[in-house]
Amino acid sequence: MVCESWKAKLDTYLDGELTEQETRTFDAHVRGCPSCSADALARVQMKRTIQMAGKRFTPSAEFRSRIQQKIASKPERRFYPAWMLVTAAAAVFVAAALTSTYVANRSAGNLAYREHVFSEIADLHVATLASSSPVDVISSDRHTVKPWFQGKIPFAFNLPELQNSEFSLVGGSMAYLDQTPGAHLIYDVRKHHISVFVFEERSLNSPASIGDNALSPKNLPFNTTTWSHGGLRYFVIGDASLADIEHLAKLFKESS
Amino acid sequence: MGNEPATESFEQLAMPHFERLYNFACWLSHDRDEAEDLVQETYVKALRGFSSFQPGTNFRAWIYKILRNTFLTSRTGLQATATVPLDLESGGESLPATNETPESILLQRSDGQLVRRALEQLPVFHREVLLLCEVEEMSYQEISATLDIPIGTVMSRLSRARKALRDGLGPRV
Repeated sequence: MVCESWKAKLDTYLDGELTEQETRTFDAHVRGCPSCSADALARVQMKRTIQMAGKRFTPSAEFRSRIQQKIASKPERRFYPAWMLVTAAAAVFVAAALTSTYVANRSAGNLAYREHVFSEIADLHVATLASSSPVDVISSDRHTVKPWFQGKIPFAFNLPELQNSEFSLVGGSMAYLDQTPGAHLIYDVRKHHISVFVFEERSLNSPASIGDNALSPKNLPFNTTTWSHGGLRYFVIGDASLADIEHLAKLFKESS
Repeated sequence: MGNEPATESFEQLAMPHFERLYNFACWLSHDRDEAEDLVQETYVKALRGFSSFQPGTNFRAWIYKILRNTFLTSRTGLQATATVPLDLESGGESLPATNETPESILLQRSDGQLVRRALEQLPVFHREVLLLCEVEEMSYQEISATLDIPIGTVMSRLSRARKALRDGLGPRV
């Protein structure tokens, strides 16, 4: 037999386990040696056949999901850090730290929700005014506008008497906040348009975090106010002065 | 939050090996039901012992090792290893003489059926090392970690396994 020393390493070569240097030397030898190249070819084919024959069994989808459930349904909470168990004081400290983080997260969440609500309200206000038909019921008569909402929204509310005030009712339409229906009323005051939104408080995602008398959050180019009464959440928003906004809010509060 | 990713990353690390582990388990046990038990036990053990797994080391070798050890201590595993030929590890680094010609190897090469049957007939220590190398395409280093044997032994065992496979194919061709 020729090339005994080469052939002894042929499998290691084909397994890609020789050093880079050895591999290069081997490459050169195999290219020039018919015996070794034939041997290498045969062994490569054998490797492939084993590979094909070896990939034979496939698990069922049912078994896969069983395993997945098994490892997913075991939340690993056993490995508490040892330091947590060292002293009660440490535990208290940790609890306090966690609590303050939780509270911080929560208030951050509340703030985020409030910002979200005001931004939605502002969008509704602007989009409605930009529309060619901002109101679906056009009337300055509250006794016309109010009944229009019957059967459209799951609650009733009162509209203020506007006599002896600078405000006039333009009309109303449906509005949606947090996928819940509500009333959108438009008032005019000295060429300014003001929107009043009324939603059922319990339908909102996080009503408690909105708070009352919330002034315009940052970056909102409108004056706003909001309050809650009788399970309803009111928002007043517009480019009128804050005094006008507050005045209209006051009229609403008195009528409800 | 420091500990939380542990469970997630276990699933992320372990599930990609699921099909291959099952295939390997079938080859070891020759029985699908038993293979399912083996794989399930492997995942449970691995999850339980995941805290002892050192991140950055070879996860595949680690979980294959668990599967293999589970198999070796099972009834089928104990039976299989009881019939290991005495010469399996003897001879150290010396490689078996290659009496095959390229032609004889070529003759045996492509019949998948025959190769499969020959693989089944191999003793478990030969079968597993061949599967890890050829099917799982593990490096010698990984095989060494999986089987808990030195790299030199991986090489000699592989060499013997290949020869045994060729011998097993020989008479049929």
